[in-house]
Amino acid sequence: MEVLMAIISGILFMAATYLILSRSLIRIIIGTGLLSHGAHLLILTMGGLKKGTVPLLGENAASYTDPLPQALILTAIVISFGVTALFLVLAYRAYQELGTDDMDKLRGTEDHE
Amino acid sequence: MSNFVILPLIMTMFSGIVLLFFKDKIRVQRWISSLSLLLTVVASFYLVHLVHTKGILTHELGNWKPPFGIVLVADMLSALLVATTSIIALCAVLFAFRSIGEARERFYFYPFVHFLITGVFGAFLTGDLFNLFVFFEVMLMSSYVLIILGGTKIQLKESIKYILVNVVSSALFVISVAYLYAVTGTLNMADLALRITAAGDQGIITVIAMLLLVVFGLKGGIFPLYFWLPGSYKAPPPVISALFGALLTKVGLYAIFRVFTLIFIHDQAFTHPIIGYLAILTIIVGTIGAVAYHDIEKIVIYNIIVAVGVILYGLTIGSVDGFTGSIYYLVHDMIIKGALFLLCGAVISVTGTADMRKMGGLIKHHPFMGWLFFLSILSLAGIPPLSGFIGKLMLVQSGLQSHSYVFVGVMLLSSLLVLYSAMKIFMTCFWGEQVLESSQEKGSTKGLLLPISILVGLSVVLGIGTEWALPYITEAAKTLADPMSYIQSVLKE
Repeated sequence: MEVLMAIISGILFMAATYLILSRSLIRIIIGTGLLSHGAHLLILTMGGLKKGTVPLLGENAASYTDPLPQALILTAIVISFGVTALFLVLAYRAYQELGTDDMDKLRGTEDHE
Repeated sequence: MSNFVILPLIMTMFSGIVLLFFKDKIRVQRWISSLSLLLTVVASFYLVHLVHTKGILTHELGNWKPPFGIVLVADMLSALLVATTSIIALCAVLFAFRSIGEARERFYFYPFVHFLITGVFGAFLTGDLFNLFVFFEVMLMSSYVLIILGGTKIQLKESIKYILVNVVSSALFVISVAYLYAVTGTLNMADLALRITAAGDQGIITVIAMLLLVVFGLKGGIFPLYFWLPGSYKAPPPVISALFGALLTKVGLYAIFRVFTLIFIHDQAFTHPIIGYLAILTIIVGTIGAVAYHDIEKIVIYNIIVAVGVILYGLTIGSVDGFTGSIYYLVHDMIIKGALFLLCGAVISVTGTADMRKMGGLIKHHPFMGWLFFLSILSLAGIPPLSGFIGKLMLVQSGLQSHSYVFVGVMLLSSLLVLYSAMKIFMTCFWGEQVLESSQEKGSTKGLLLPISILVGLSVVLGIGTEWALPYITEAAKTLADPMSYIQSVLKE
């Protein structure tokens, strides 16, 4: 199971890298979304995918899944959610102000301001 | 009394929250932020004193014992960096009163500065790897907002790149934390150190160490990963660049120091030469950039990169002397880069441009600013009575002892070129033919020179009062060189 998950997060990283290297800003932001999905899936996988009940003590089970990676993922998800929201609004503002979403045209600092 | 460790963190966070309620009352915002930062300075110096008298302080959040809960650790290095950070924050806020402009102040400038400082404090004080990630994000998120605030075209362009680079490096941080958790099953730094030492020679741990070097190198601007830095630091107003230049890259450096002196000490024959080569290349690239530009801010920005390389090399020397030199240079460099960016801000507010070919003869109307600039240049280059000297001297000495002649040569030559690059600013902007009459100047330096003189004065004190400052810094270096003392005071075994 871990091997399959490792391959899947590898594919997510591959797609994310490809999208981040493209020219359109919105494709880049989609790439960062895939990148954080891959990272979160990787935390879950690296914590181990052993069988066990959900980490709720009311279940009274013999074994539970590891609760720590789930807490880490939850933290990482809200953080990347906040950053993505900021990034999307920034892309919108940049499109309004600069009139392009092409990263090649966002180069150059000759016109200070 | 161990609660004292968390006080600087809580104070800045709390006043940041309070400031959110006074959006349109700019005077109130100024009073609250300067008072709270003044108190933070006092508290953080008391923290240095406490660590000096009582040894490493730890604070277990929620009374959970260390491997299981989050622990805040203040050793001498953290305490010194917290103290330096709080002084720089205070000076930057004082500078912002006269320079940042009402529009930005109205849109939560001061709260975001406080949250930035909270993130920096947290990154210096935490003893847990994932908590370090969270505090990095607190710091970065505030820096994203500060770099965009105002929304000019150049800021929009550059902040897109800045955010993208940091989003990628944050994802890499999460990935390396995941790997490390899979190998060791813990995230507490002291516990990690123990388990990795017990696990011994594993190639996988070296791989994770290199991955973390990439992550922190992206934050700290070391050689192949510095590409985002010049553009991003040029975009925002000078006072925000001062905060970034003095604090953000240094947090990355601190993380490299912490991780490679505490956790990954098993395979130094492989990791340290790589860091050493990267440090030397960082110095070279920074020096080339500093010599090449005619833009006063760009010159200071490339000087940051030079200093990052110099400080980083001290890590690979590995002796207490090398660490002492690095830490002395780190503290000095935070102060002097803050001062230089603020001076650039003052020059730009007078002349209205950052291009030094368009200015000259400023010393006639602004002698005090001119000589402050002169002093900070000498300190930057490491002229004996000032603070840049001792750190470089100790680095040269310990570099010679460990036979790293290439580093010593590169560093001494780069000092010369750094002096040239900064003296070029002084000679063209302050001497030479006068370009602007006092009536033609775009703004005044009223109120701007006080925070700069505090920072330059501190640099002079740090240089002349070496005998007073050195025991603290040596103590920090000794803790770095002896990870067991850190581990024992956290895990209390």
